[in-house]
Amino acid sequence: MANDPIHQFQISKIVPIEIGGIDFSFTNASLFMVATVACAAGFLYFSTSQRGLIPGRAQSVAEMSYEFIAGMLREGAGSSGMKFFPLVFSLFMFVLTANLLGMFPYFYTITSQIIVTFALAILVIGTVLVYGFYKHGLHFLKLFVPSGVPFLLLFLVVPIELISFLSRPISLSIRLFANMLAGHITLKVFAGFVASLGTMGALGVGGAVLPLIMTVALTGLEFLVAFLQAYVFAVLTCMYLNDAIHPGGH
Amino acid sequence: MFVTSAYAQTAPAATDPHAAPAGEAHTETGAAHGGGVFPPFDSTHFSSQLLWLVITFGLFYLLMKKVIVPRVGGILEHRHDRIAQDLDEAARLKAEADAAVETYEKELAAARSKGHKIAETAREAAKTKAAADRTAIEAELADKLSAAENRIGEIKAKAFAEVSQIAEDTASAIVDQLIGAKASGDDIKAAVAAAKTEA
Repeated sequence: MANDPIHQFQISKIVPIEIGGIDFSFTNASLFMVATVACAAGFLYFSTSQRGLIPGRAQSVAEMSYEFIAGMLREGAGSSGMKFFPLVFSLFMFVLTANLLGMFPYFYTITSQIIVTFALAILVIGTVLVYGFYKHGLHFLKLFVPSGVPFLLLFLVVPIELISFLSRPISLSIRLFANMLAGHITLKVFAGFVASLGTMGALGVGGAVLPLIMTVALTGLEFLVAFLQAYVFAVLTCMYLNDAIHPGGH
Repeated sequence: MFVTSAYAQTAPAATDPHAAPAGEAHTETGAAHGGGVFPPFDSTHFSSQLLWLVITFGLFYLLMKKVIVPRVGGILEHRHDRIAQDLDEAARLKAEADAAVETYEKELAAARSKGHKIAETAREAAKTKAAADRTAIEAELADKLSAAENRIGEIKAKAFAEVSQIAEDTASAIVDQLIGAKASGDDIKAAVAAAKTEA
């Protein structure tokens, strides 16, 4: 069991809840969703509670993440995109905290659940669609008709644009999910090599050094991936929101 | 994804209690296809996952929107305002300092020119006073000189007058000694006068 690289993604019920025949149990994944929110919100809340004119270290980190996302959104979607700042900031902080919490041994990585990342991606695309149609009405469909394309080519371009738009929630969710899943499986597999080689006598212990080094290196890489995927998720969210704000192209 | 979720539907809930031991049993063979469903694709948990995600993320979003974002935005804005205010204040103080330096320099120049003027007048006054003193002293000296000259002239005249008397007395004495006869006063007087004119 200890060596099963998939076991870490197993969901177990902590408090079974069933409403109307549908399972709403509080599971270990739910627990870590709560933990993610508690960590991220608690950090942001308490680090900024001083409202220091000269920020301390924690407040600096909170302000840096704020300005990081604000800059990203302003660059990606223009200053009119700033109304989506709470959404993008929440997504980034949630995904980043979830990814980083997942790096602790025995902690559950909620972003390795396709349904979680898919729900977040649907939230983004849903926001784009709702805001796009609310703001621009049917002009929002111009998104699929790039300006300056010859009429005949439109028969080719519009379906491509449509497919690329429809694949966005899938690519957005799969990217995050697959990165976290593959990273954690790889880590587990290499760490498992260390344990199983270590039981094989002197030669095995000598040989176990290699996967151990690999595990250490992969851990570093996974921290990078944890941040990078949160960043990518936020950047793509900004780009998609830009489509909702400026469907004409720019 | 579709294949696995379909598989999960064929064996709902029933697989659930056996999922963990099944997973264990098939671990040795090392295949993810083994027991149960690959956990991330296990749709039996989707509803609870979604519900708890909506609850937690919704709360998180609300907290961000209502508390954190306005607060951090307020902090940053306050700081920007403060910095701008401080820069304005610094600019104002600098202008003040510049003005002060300017007035100082103006006053310094005025004081310097005033000092020059005072020195000039003092020098002028000293010069005129010195000139007046000099002319006064010169006049005095000239007076003294002329007085002295007068006195010298008087003494000289007196001396000259006495010279003829002495010459006459001497001449009469010499004549008396040489010839033993007294020359008459008039002769001697004439001789002395003659000698005087020769000399």
